Amino acid sequence: MARGDRVKLENADWCKNCGICISVCPTNVLIKGRDRVKIDDLEKCIGCQNCELICPDFVLKVVTQDEN
Amino acid sequence: MDFEKYLRIDKLPHIWCPGCGHGTILNSFIRAFAESGLDQDKTVVISGIGCSGRATGYLNFDTLHTTHGRAIAFAAGVKMANPGLNVVVMTGDGDGSAIGGNHLIHAARRNIDLTVILFNNQIYGMTGGQFSPMTPTGDQATTAPYGNIDQNFDLAKLVEGAGGGFIARGATHDPRQLKKIYLAALKHKGFSFVESFSQCPVSYGRQNKAGDAVEMLKKQQEDTVSFKKWQELSFEEKQGKYPLGILKEVENPESEYTESYQKIIKKLKKEEAF
Repeated sequence: MARGDRVKLENADWCKNCGICISVCPTNVLIKGRDRVKIDDLEKCIGCQNCELICPDFVLKVVTQDEN
Repeated sequence: MDFEKYLRIDKLPHIWCPGCGHGTILNSFIRAFAESGLDQDKTVVISGIGCSGRATGYLNFDTLHTTHGRAIAFAAGVKMANPGLNVVVMTGDGDGSAIGGNHLIHAARRNIDLTVILFNNQIYGMTGGQFSPMTPTGDQATTAPYGNIDQNFDLAKLVEGAGGGFIARGATHDPRQLKKIYLAALKHKGFSFVESFSQCPVSYGRQNKAGDAVEMLKKQQEDTVSFKKWQELSFEEKQGKYPLGILKEVENPESEYTESYQKIIKKLKKEEAF
């Protein structure tokens, strides 16, 4: 985790839309989609990794912006 | 972190229900393992039957998916046959405390070098929500439609009584702490036991009107306190609260079972030589 890191839907197909990541995000970056989680406003992401660490389905990953 | 190295990608997504905490436990475990510096090829992960038993199917280690309740028994066999291996057991609350309860006691008593991770979702989830020994008193289950009349059961205290050297409790609402606990448990020489609170929003949550995974995690957070804070609470305040963190850590590598066994083999081999 470094400054400027942002969240990415690494394995979007694995998402089961449980909503845990949305509840732990301190800046409301994520929102519920129809079948899976969606990134609403990436600019708000502070790269805290709360979502990545708690995701039960290995969907989210915080990466440096260049990779995004 | 590249978790792909530690997962069998072709087996994912896993079969656990939406919001199930078992995935968070698996997530925390592979992060702890990556940090531990242990050799992936010299690590065996063993599980029993139940939702928790599925964990070995997704982990890219040498794994064994064994019979109900016997994960620790198989693990003890693996460790005795090849003491150089790191052996991790993933068991559930029904698997490890009911049918496999005796194996848990005797593995702790012998101080055999296993890392036991017990997924505690307080119910038999896979078979349809029957109550397990860890289901709290008064809660609903398929086999307890008028409320569970069993007393609450503290597994950490059982393992402590049996002589376990490393006892800890983690919860899925705090994956950072969970990872730290697993890391310490993996590094501990001797028997280590980690009870991991998990949420079961489908089999347990629906029957008990506990809400979705997010609400269950909130409730879990309310019901738990750090071990440090817990020690300062009065007797009344402790009721219904569970301490989180490393509850006991005693280094006693001399009494480790496989090592004592190897010593005897060495001694007898020397005597034979004369």
